[in-house]
Amino acid sequence: MTLDNIKTLEPSQLRAEMQGLKAKGFDYLSNLIGMDWGEEGGLGVVYCVENTQTHEQVWLKTATADREQPVLPTVSDLWDIANIYEREAYDFYGIIFAGHPDMRRIFLREDWVGYPMRKDDKPAEQNPLRMTNEPLADDTTEYTMQPDGTLTTKKNVVFGPDDYVVNIGPQHPSTHGVLHFRVALDGEIIRKIDPVLGYIHRGVEKLNESYTYPQTLALTDRLDYLGAMQSRHALCMCIEKAMGIEVSDRVQVVRTILDELQRIDSHILFFSCLCQDMGATTAFLYGFRDREKILDIFEETCGGRLIINYNTIGGLMADIHPNFQKRVKEFIPYMRKNIKEYHALFTGNVIFQNRSKGIGPLTKEQAISFGCTGGTGRAAGWANDVRKNHPYAAYDRVEFNQVLRESGDSFDRYMIRLDEILESLNIIEQLIDNIPEGNYKEKTKPIIKVPEGTYYQAVETSRGEFGVFLESKGDKSPYRLHYRSTGLPLVAAMDTACRGFKIADLVTIGGTMDYIVPDIDR
Amino acid sequence: MFDFKVVTNWIDTLLLSFLPGWAATLVECVLVALAIITLYAVFAIILIYMERKICAFFQCRLGPNRVGKWGSIQVLADVLKMLTKEIIDMKNVDRLLHKMAPFLVIVASMLTFACLPWNKGAEVLDFNIGIFFFLAAGSIGVVGILLAGWSSNNKYALIGAMRSGAQIISYEVSIGLVMLTMIVLTGTMSFSEICQQQADLGWNIFRGHIPAVLCFIIYLIAGNAECNRGPFDMPEAESELTAGYHVEYSGMHFGFYYLAEYLNLFICAGIASTIFLGGWAPFHIPGLEGFNHVMDYIPGAVWMVGKTFFVVFLLMWIRWTFPRLRIDQLLALEWKYLMPMSLVLLVLMAVCVSLGLTF
Repeated sequence: MTLDNIKTLEPSQLRAEMQGLKAKGFDYLSNLIGMDWGEEGGLGVVYCVENTQTHEQVWLKTATADREQPVLPTVSDLWDIANIYEREAYDFYGIIFAGHPDMRRIFLREDWVGYPMRKDDKPAEQNPLRMTNEPLADDTTEYTMQPDGTLTTKKNVVFGPDDYVVNIGPQHPSTHGVLHFRVALDGEIIRKIDPVLGYIHRGVEKLNESYTYPQTLALTDRLDYLGAMQSRHALCMCIEKAMGIEVSDRVQVVRTILDELQRIDSHILFFSCLCQDMGATTAFLYGFRDREKILDIFEETCGGRLIINYNTIGGLMADIHPNFQKRVKEFIPYMRKNIKEYHALFTGNVIFQNRSKGIGPLTKEQAISFGCTGGTGRAAGWANDVRKNHPYAAYDRVEFNQVLRESGDSFDRYMIRLDEILESLNIIEQLIDNIPEGNYKEKTKPIIKVPEGTYYQAVETSRGEFGVFLESKGDKSPYRLHYRSTGLPLVAAMDTACRGFKIADLVTIGGTMDYIVPDIDR
Repeated sequence: MFDFKVVTNWIDTLLLSFLPGWAATLVECVLVALAIITLYAVFAIILIYMERKICAFFQCRLGPNRVGKWGSIQVLADVLKMLTKEIIDMKNVDRLLHKMAPFLVIVASMLTFACLPWNKGAEVLDFNIGIFFFLAAGSIGVVGILLAGWSSNNKYALIGAMRSGAQIISYEVSIGLVMLTMIVLTGTMSFSEICQQQADLGWNIFRGHIPAVLCFIIYLIAGNAECNRGPFDMPEAESELTAGYHVEYSGMHFGFYYLAEYLNLFICAGIASTIFLGGWAPFHIPGLEGFNHVMDYIPGAVWMVGKTFFVVFLLMWIRWTFPRLRIDQLLALEWKYLMPMSLVLLVLMAVCVSLGLTF
């Protein structure tokens, strides 16, 4: 999608405009992207809000020319997720959001000097390798803009001296990666969760600005490693549309099939890890047994199992393997049978039901406000499937149901994923026999230059809406390439979902939220 | 039935023939202790191997298969590894308690291990309040766990130990009541007499019919909880508390907890087979003399160990199938369901016995 006419607002108009949009039903803030438009454009933010009924999107931007102390108004009181997104913009660009209650860095160390995504920042010179432990402050700063234009600060407390704080992570078996929750407890009951992110922050977005377009592709596989196929699909599609490359029908169908296989792979791993977290180690290995079949199919066609490197600008790296259709067709009935086994072994178990029903519910309003897309949002009844709302690839020519549930608790989040495996099998079944003939790759120029402009492409990955925001100045590297993380909103919602439940429930809730840490930290 | 007293008496007379009385007793004590420790180690190795193979079987895996034929000496290699590992001294721990805790656990485990009747005449600790002693000795273990959690100066360990304390103390109520129910049936607390009775009259689980079967089920649940094994492995709860109370232990100190966990499983199963399944008493069907005669030829120790491993298998089956409970659900299970049920069963058994409704 080309974003030709992003509406530009003065910072002073922003809040009134945003409140108006929110009132008109634009209740999902899908993107909040920090930007540096250089000396003339200033530092600013691009917003994307979506109406969850009509799926209409509105793009807005605002900027301030002050590079010494850039201040913009906050929207964190309108959308819960803006809290985290604005911290990200503060961390990378140093934009201060007046009225934001918690203006701390989010991915970088608290003692980091400078704002690395600014075009004039020199992070390597200001930040030698520090041999000290990372400080973690127990209080935070709130900035308020006074009517006369001065900025006042106020201290807010994250954890007080009386809080019994337990660190869950960064090395912990059930945070699914290097994620760190500081949890305030009252006995076994959770009072507050403060996620500490950035342990595997690799600066992917910063790296992208110095890479050529084909090089940027390599990094998408390393974001959400269980949605590698889909994230790379999004980036390829974004660049293809920007350059006006039409890929063949064959590519569209193969990409769709592989996206769905990836989704099944991810949901099986979700099931396995949830079982492992809850102590049912046998079910865990049942899942791994079945996931192996998908990885074998990937290995044969793409050469990779986890980091797949298959999509490329203009098509696919190689044509599908001659065995591909046969093996996928063997897999479909095999998986349908084994899903029944999962239900018999684990879903029906009374201990599991007692530990998941009513645990960590997110209402539909909360899910939308936090931007929890994917299975987590659909479990709360929010129809957010990008495949339905903004169809891409071959999704407009297949029949499938968007699985929705009502209560949004852990059990629903679990069931959604198992049901989606069956839906994905249906999609694959409809396509696998009708892969059209055609080129597997369109010819592209040896050096790829994207025409000047702003582009956005979203796909439905295994765990929600993954967006690629690309701003190009016509060079062979992107000016700004931002990814909408699927996991960040899920982690942001953990505090709301977990309060009042027990430590053991934190594991269940975290497991059913299904976040992937490399995708959060980027 | 072969009476093991023949062997012990022979050793006794042999020693007395050239040693004074006190020296003979001392030598016998040392011999028995050595035998117990050896058995303890051997059973631990068998159990660990068994668990790894059985869980592999449940999980569509192969299990250990590289070290030795079918991976048979894998566990020995692991034990050697554990023995050579460094015991790390932590800063800011309560030194004395931290070092003492694993020994308390292992001592409790060994004391209860010594209560098991291996064969007719082969009981180590056997006196008229055997069951009482067993329960008392078993309770020392929880002190070790609580001390481990407290002395480690670690929040995970402390939460694990608190959970463990709450869990073990709660489930001991059920175990005590269930045992009391069976004592009502047998009329004795001595393990040797309980076994002898079952050899003469039939296994308790058949003699006590309905209440005994229900007691057996409650005992399995509560016993599993006592051993801190899944689905009751809350104190360790790998995915929540990493390793719970023993998170700060390394080397052989950790090894003691590991050993004690497996041996407690064996002891729990051993007591179940003693008070419900006849201990060393062979399987008899009244009226089938020929069959009973053949059964008598199988040594009592084989019966005892065989029944115990059968119960161990049942417990492992449960362990590898169910997800873990949450701490409040675990306590609700005990205080709302198991304990009232055991009280009812106690009354029921008393009624049955007094009306002569048992066999």
